[in-house]
Amino acid sequence: MGYRVFDHTARIFDHTADLGVEVTGATLEKLYAGAAFALFDLLTDLSSVRAGRSREFDVLGENPADLLINFLREILYAWNGEGFLMKNCFIRQITPTRLRAVLRGEEFDPARHRILKEIKAVTYHQGSVLETPEGGWVARVVFDV
Amino acid sequence: MSESRFRKIDEWRWEIPPTGGMRVPGLLYTSEKLMKGMGADEGPRQVANVAHLPGIVKGSLAMPDMHWGYGFPIGGVAAFDLDEGVVSPGGVGYDINCGCRLMTTRLRLPDVRERIPALVTALFQNVPSGVGSRGPLKLSPKEERQVLIEGAAWAVRQGWGTEADLEATEDGGAMVGADPGKVSDRALERGKEQLGTLGSGNHFLEIEVVEEIFDEQAAAAFGLEPGQICVLIHSGSRGLGYQVCDDYLARMVKHAGEIGIDLPDRQLACARLNSARGRDYLAAMACAANYAWANRQMLMQRTRETFEKVLGMGPRELGMRLLYDVCHNIAKIETLPVDGKEVRLCVHRKGATRAFPPGHPDVPPAYRKVGQPVLIPGDMGTGSYVLAGTKGAFTETFGSTCHGAGRVMSRTQATKSCRGRSIPREMAERGVIVMASGRGTLQEEIPEAYKNLDDVVEVVHRAGLSRKVAKLRTLGCIKG
Repeated sequence: MGYRVFDHTARIFDHTADLGVEVTGATLEKLYAGAAFALFDLLTDLSSVRAGRSREFDVLGENPADLLINFLREILYAWNGEGFLMKNCFIRQITPTRLRAVLRGEEFDPARHRILKEIKAVTYHQGSVLETPEGGWVARVVFDV
Repeated sequence: MSESRFRKIDEWRWEIPPTGGMRVPGLLYTSEKLMKGMGADEGPRQVANVAHLPGIVKGSLAMPDMHWGYGFPIGGVAAFDLDEGVVSPGGVGYDINCGCRLMTTRLRLPDVRERIPALVTALFQNVPSGVGSRGPLKLSPKEERQVLIEGAAWAVRQGWGTEADLEATEDGGAMVGADPGKVSDRALERGKEQLGTLGSGNHFLEIEVVEEIFDEQAAAAFGLEPGQICVLIHSGSRGLGYQVCDDYLARMVKHAGEIGIDLPDRQLACARLNSARGRDYLAAMACAANYAWANRQMLMQRTRETFEKVLGMGPRELGMRLLYDVCHNIAKIETLPVDGKEVRLCVHRKGATRAFPPGHPDVPPAYRKVGQPVLIPGDMGTGSYVLAGTKGAFTETFGSTCHGAGRVMSRTQATKSCRGRSIPREMAERGVIVMASGRGTLQEEIPEAYKNLDDVVEVVHRAGLSRKVAKLRTLGCIKG
């Protein structure tokens, strides 16, 4: 189940009980933005979401994988806790242990948005961020659904 | 994990002998049939990973419905020494106190056969289900605090059920040691509007009929008769519980190095039971467990009201009585026998059910002669089992048994296999009326995505971990 997302790609990998996602990106910025996109693409039909307002995120992690998981945990809470749906994501600044991102999107509106799936959490299980031999990046993360 | 790592002990038991950093062996309760292909699954590796944790007692156990989870396998049981051992949020799971409650009625199949579609439709309208659904209440901060302390009793006090319901709930529907001060603002925020909602995914509410009785004495004690209409609810602590798990996992991952072990999987992050971090988690986890009990209590009362309205009956005539409520994602401090001695332990049951034996003081008086009722839901539309706890489980598996059928197919595989099929129609052909709010839920939850429930239950019955009492068949089902 592969699909292209801008200039990075995401695909679902099989996990018996949960949902694994593998994302690739030419740069770390594209990788993290692609992961955010993959999360919201699983949650809803992104074509129905408008880029109405911006939200900023400043996230820390011990290493790139921990940073990715913490970033996804934060933006998942923006949905689960605050009803914010993302349309697109810009990574403003990134180091192996910190990122600043801007998400554009809008509040959930049951009349216009359909939620495809409940994602309970971003797990630490088999979470990874690795450089590929070609000089790009690949990340794996498992969502509890 | 290679199948050569397994050592067969007897027909129902396989061992993973300790290697590397494993402190105890892994012990799988399963059968030749269920073992097929098990090596390819990550489950056994996870059983071995859990055996690395400090203070683990006797073995890392897996029930026959075991499958690949994250950190702990689903269907895993592990007990820890209170001084040396740890508590792991991943050993409980995100859906803290996910569990089942079974209600019996005075109705018999011929009374309602024609009314099942009307009942399913009305339940689907009255019981909030699906992603993002809101419950009937908006809790004030003070009310939410009380829910977290009092559990099901809070709901009963507000008119959602009766005192008798509490006696038929594990722990009386409230775990001791709950401290709302240990629950984050985020978790509280997520909890305030979700009380009384079913949820989505594998959560459900089913109308079932008692199809077969295996143990007359236990069935009589539980109030089960052939042809009787029952309702089974499967739900948990909703967003509040997920957030509690997420908050504490993050904290424990950050300090994993402090307990001086190299975790084979970060999802196994844990804290010493005798540390502030460990105690705080248990206090927050108890809050989430209590929220789940209040939730199932409210779901049950909604179900009662719906049945009364659709069938035009009063509460007495309907007689919807709570048989029992069990949790199957929890960590509990319990006194259990180890090598002939009574020991206080912290038992993690992740996708496993408590199965206390006849005579145990925690079994409600009405059931004490036959053992604790154990509720085992099946995959969508196939029905469920009622079992009774045994001495075998008490002495061998920390008073634990299986919790369900257990997935064998990933959700994407299941969805793929549904192309060109109408699942509601297939279910209707099998005599089951199904309604779901999620678009993909029915496809992800097709029966073939799960192990055969009969095979799973046969193992725990034969291995002496619980006793078959009755089998129920599904008539109608609502899903999130």
